[in-house]
Amino acid sequence: MTDAPPRQPKLVVDGLAKSYGPVVALEPTRLDVQPGEFLTLLGPSGSGKTTLLQLIAGLVEPDAGRILIDGRDETRTPVHRRDIGLVFQHYALFPHLTVSENVGFPLRMRGCRARALAERVEAALAMVRLDHLKERFPRELSGGQQQRVALARCFVYQPSVILMDEPLGALDKKLREHMQIEIKRLHRESAATIVYVTHDQEEALALSDRICLMNHARVEQTGVPQEIYAHPRSAFAADFIGLSNIFRGRVERSAEGRPLLATPAGRFLFDGAAPGAEASLVVRPEHLTLEAEPKNGVAAPALNRVAGEVAELVYAGSETRVLIALPDGAVVTVRLAPDAALPRLGQPVTACWRPEAAVLVP
Amino acid sequence: MSLAATVPAVPARRWRPRFGPLWLAAPGFAFLAVFFLLPVAQLLGLSLEDPQTGALSATAYLRLLHVDVYLRVLGITFRIATLTALASLLLGYPLAYWLAQLPDRRRGRMILLVVVPFWTSYLVKTFAWMIVLGRTGLLNRVSAALGGPELDLLHNEAGVLIGMVHAMLPLAVLTMLPVMTGIDRRLGQAAGTLGAAPARSFWLVWFPLSMPGVAAAGLLTFISSLGFFIVPALLGGRHQTMLAQLVIVQIQEMLNWGFAGALAALLLVTALATCWLYDRVFGLSSLSGEPPRRRGGGRGLLRRLGLGLLGLAATASAALAEAVARIAGPGLRRRLLPGYVVLLLVFLVAPTLVVLPIAFTSSHFLEFPPPGYGTHWFEVYLSSPVWISATLRSFGVAFATALIATVIGGLGALALARARARWRGAVFAFFLAPMIVPRIVIAVGLFYLFAKLGLVATNLGLTIGHTVLALPFAFIAVAAVLKSYDWRLNQAAATLGANGLQALRLVTVPLIKGGVVAAFLFAFITSFDELTVAIFVSGGVTTTLPKQMWDDMILQLNPTLAAVSVVVFVVITAVLLGAERLRRSG
Ligand SMILES: Nc1ncnc2c1ncn2[C@@H]1O[C@H](COP(=O)(O)OP(=O)(O)OP(=O)(O)O)[C@@H](O)[C@H]1O
Ligand SMILES: [Mg+2]
Repeated sequence: MTDAPPRQPKLVVDGLAKSYGPVVALEPTRLDVQPGEFLTLLGPSGSGKTTLLQLIAGLVEPDAGRILIDGRDETRTPVHRRDIGLVFQHYALFPHLTVSENVGFPLRMRGCRARALAERVEAALAMVRLDHLKERFPRELSGGQQQRVALARCFVYQPSVILMDEPLGALDKKLREHMQIEIKRLHRESAATIVYVTHDQEEALALSDRICLMNHARVEQTGVPQEIYAHPRSAFAADFIGLSNIFRGRVERSAEGRPLLATPAGRFLFDGAAPGAEASLVVRPEHLTLEAEPKNGVAAPALNRVAGEVAELVYAGSETRVLIALPDGAVVTVRLAPDAALPRLGQPVTACWRPEAAVLVP
Repeated sequence: MSLAATVPAVPARRWRPRFGPLWLAAPGFAFLAVFFLLPVAQLLGLSLEDPQTGALSATAYLRLLHVDVYLRVLGITFRIATLTALASLLLGYPLAYWLAQLPDRRRGRMILLVVVPFWTSYLVKTFAWMIVLGRTGLLNRVSAALGGPELDLLHNEAGVLIGMVHAMLPLAVLTMLPVMTGIDRRLGQAAGTLGAAPARSFWLVWFPLSMPGVAAAGLLTFISSLGFFIVPALLGGRHQTMLAQLVIVQIQEMLNWGFAGALAALLLVTALATCWLYDRVFGLSSLSGEPPRRRGGGRGLLRRLGLGLLGLAATASAALAEAVARIAGPGLRRRLLPGYVVLLLVFLVAPTLVVLPIAFTSSHFLEFPPPGYGTHWFEVYLSSPVWISATLRSFGVAFATALIATVIGGLGALALARARARWRGAVFAFFLAPMIVPRIVIAVGLFYLFAKLGLVATNLGLTIGHTVLALPFAFIAVAAVLKSYDWRLNQAAATLGANGLQALRLVTVPLIKGGVVAAFLFAFITSFDELTVAIFVSGGVTTTLPKQMWDDMILQLNPTLAAVSVVVFVVITAVLLGAERLRRSG
């Protein structure tokens, strides 16, 4: 390369695509991952996350596109020669080998000498705090322990790129949260570049430097978690990450010439440019406030409001969600602080928000 | 609540029998105790009795040791059984491997090419080999046409081995396959991402995980070969006489029960010793496809040695694969296995098909190719009262056998699925025992018992004997579907108000129907094709189809046999394809 950028991406997915017969598993996709970055692929079931990971690992051949690692084209490199680590959802530990033999396997494949091998296995097992179980067979371990062996087996040979496919999917919530911290620590200590797959948005928000949101075999949006949350670029993104109220309608102009969105729930002002003739307005529940007294007709001009009846109160510990049924059948969620005064069920209420708090998406 | 008022409460009963699940195995236990354990024990007892005085005596065993002919037969039997088992494993492993790699649907179809030969009558297969291997047979015709030498393949060890391996290969493949398909594909992928080239990944991960299947296949082929007599009798010469043939001679010609008993004991002890060895190393439960439990020795020296050897194999074959790929291109390696598979499938399927043209020959001899075609031999078959009554009897006995074996074996499988873990081993071993004990031992034992009960040459006797042999197959077929059955459905049914029997009838049976039908059909085929028991228990006018074929084959080969073979082959294949259809639609 003549003029290499100052920071070359560790991994570049360039136009990678894959179909299984008529099923498109992955549309042509572009993705850059920086060295040491923790990138999460987040998306609903069947959105192509595993496919993308398998393509990067070389387990599946792409129909089109390239994979660059450190600028080298690795698209045609066989699996076993790519310097990539893969942690499977169900661990894929070798049942006939002990814990230390499992962890030593990749070193053995790399012709590591016996003494060095034993030391590195020891160190890797210490890192996941399993050094006392190294003579056990996988089936003699709990789910969490097996997962830690899988992690050790991956980190032990220090691959420059580590792929993880829902590694915590089979664990219960408590253990999952514990393992998330563990993975974060491993990431920090190893400085590895990690591409992580999950369909749990909380996990994605907790772990990632950046999130790559996938839907229908396409990348929907890529960005740091706060950015996706604050500025979703589609109704899907808004809906998938965090709770949202979404109103769909036509873009019109008010009497004063201000742009507004005409929806079945009402006409709402918005800030910024409209993405088209039709659009969706996204309002996060924490941006809504309740007005206990509906002030019919005398709306303060700066506010958007919807009126309805309280349909449900959902207590969630750190907050309470109020579900308001609108006359057109839509339901709007409002988030209240735990100490706020709660409305009664069935009480008519009005929820309002400032136009600049909402985001308009195509 | 209004809903509760409209639904009648489940009537409370004062007395409800509490049958534990183990009771379900009771009919099977009783049946096998009387018609399997007892006769085998009696036969062993006879071998220790002085025929004149009835006193305890080891004469029979001493004779066995002192006459060289018998020792030689013993040696031949071991030699042929060992070679057969080894060849079946070696030849069958790549085929099983290939099948295991196929996508499920495709495998379902390709496996029929192994299943049909598996269930094809040994008599038909052997008859076909006589046509193929004979001095004027198909192979020699081809050789002569190509200007090759005359091949001497019949009535010698080569003939016996060809026939035996052909007979045992399907069993070996079908035993290895479930273990192989049970290997998680992701393990191979994992090995790949961890840096193992395909050849190494095979030797270090796939091969050791397939070992339980290989061992089970070795066990079953070895034991079945030990007691075989059809192939050596028809394809072998005097120097290939095997133990089972001696037993038949001792009973049929000499009526020497004591000596036959001693020979049977020898067979039995060998079979059991092999099983014991297998159980020590792998655990019998791995026969049912359950994960092998490792004994304390799992971490020992033997394991280390095994892993070391595999490591060497891995390194060597990875280097070889690399070299081959460099010289011949990657294409060769990809074509090697499919090429081999095609050849092996031809070996499995083609010989049997040879009987087709012969059945329609216009000649009076088994010439190949036939000089002309006609349906003369089918007319002979259809107009022969002996053949027709044998056919009808075979159908009737097979039907009765299938019914009884399915009920008893199905209940036994239920017991296996529901009983406490510590009883499971016993249930499993007991129901499978008739498969482990050489058939000839069971047959001779039953002959002795039936002679006393007046059941020789009766349909009832035949049915009982066939049920003993068919039970393991019915048991396995039902046990296989029950293994994947979700018993929480019965709990769900119970919470909805069904009692145990209702839950069984309305929930369990409909869901495992496929397995039950398979059990019925497998038991049917087992009986329809059964010769060993029939040789002793059917006689005179109550002959069965296989027995009649056997008599004709010993006496004089003729094209009627080919016509009958076609009938048998068509019946069995039709039943199998029917079972396959049912399995798919279910
Ligand atoms: N081997 C295959 N053969 C046929 N179709 C496949 C295959 N693998 C994946 N697909 C299809 O490709 C699409 C994407 O699958 P993929 O496994 O990548 O989804 P995913 O995002 O990982 O979903 P999940 O969260 O459920 O794991 C799906 O529609 C799936 O049915
Ligand atoms: Mg997936």
